[in-house]
Amino acid sequence: MTGFTAAVITFPGSNCDRDMAVAIEEVCGGTVHRVWHGDAALPEGLDFIALPGGFSYGDYLRSGAMAARSPVMQAVIAAADKGVPVLGVCNGFQVLTEAGLLPGALMRNAGIRFVCREVALTVENNQSLFTSRYNAGKRITIPVAHHDGNYFADAQTLDRLEGEGRVAFRYAEPVNGSARNIAGVLNKAGNVLGMMPHPERMIEPAHGGSDGRALFESVVRGLVAA
Amino acid sequence: MKVRVFVSLKNGVLDPQGRAIHHAIEALGLSGVSDVRAGRMFELEVDASVTDEALDQMAKQLLANMVIENYRIERVPA
Repeated sequence: MTGFTAAVITFPGSNCDRDMAVAIEEVCGGTVHRVWHGDAALPEGLDFIALPGGFSYGDYLRSGAMAARSPVMQAVIAAADKGVPVLGVCNGFQVLTEAGLLPGALMRNAGIRFVCREVALTVENNQSLFTSRYNAGKRITIPVAHHDGNYFADAQTLDRLEGEGRVAFRYAEPVNGSARNIAGVLNKAGNVLGMMPHPERMIEPAHGGSDGRALFESVVRGLVAA
Repeated sequence: MKVRVFVSLKNGVLDPQGRAIHHAIEALGLSGVSDVRAGRMFELEVDASVTDEALDQMAKQLLANMVIENYRIERVPA
């Protein structure tokens, strides 16, 4: 999309930032700014912000905890409050929960082990900014690679998320002990999505599948419609 | 002065690491342990002027994740 402007934030220890930038360039087109965590400001006129996977700050303290307090996050929180779409994948999801942009927390996988494989997901809500290009209930395949992906929130919060259609993706099989098999959640306004699976790793057949592509297409479609 | 902040998982939050540690204790042949919960302890060297409220904020805003964890602060007598 001409004029589409995105930013991918890089924290010390991010390692999926380039994959994320390439996926956005390939699917969304336009310009992708690479932004360092120490920057106090974001580029002007952003249509999309992505927090990539990795091991920011070596997962010190808790996964995502240090990154959530880095200078650029104040700007990300302000942008999210204004309605800019924000996607956090894997470590990016952990950062979003630690920053308070999404409810719950991501704990050590129930089976203790790091899980690195393709998993089946169901699209639970296809009315969101990030999922409108999927069919409701569609089963997709996206890889995960994480040690701390066990989604936790109290029962009341989980009920609220389900009731408000804020569970975007659910694992179709147990993966990491996540409450109610939740793989991705939206904020109340629907413009912030956090998910453990990596859609940026599934955008063309050469990746072994392209089920992640529709997520990025949905973001572009949301902007055209807005 | 020295301040210790103890961070532990809230009751009801499953602790897979604690469970694995429990298994390891049993594997050593050491019996009599019915449960293990893993937590962590931070030792802070602070000025005497740092208030309890300020320590509370440090624990709440960073050292503990209040969604899943509780904390306890202890000033260590010199």
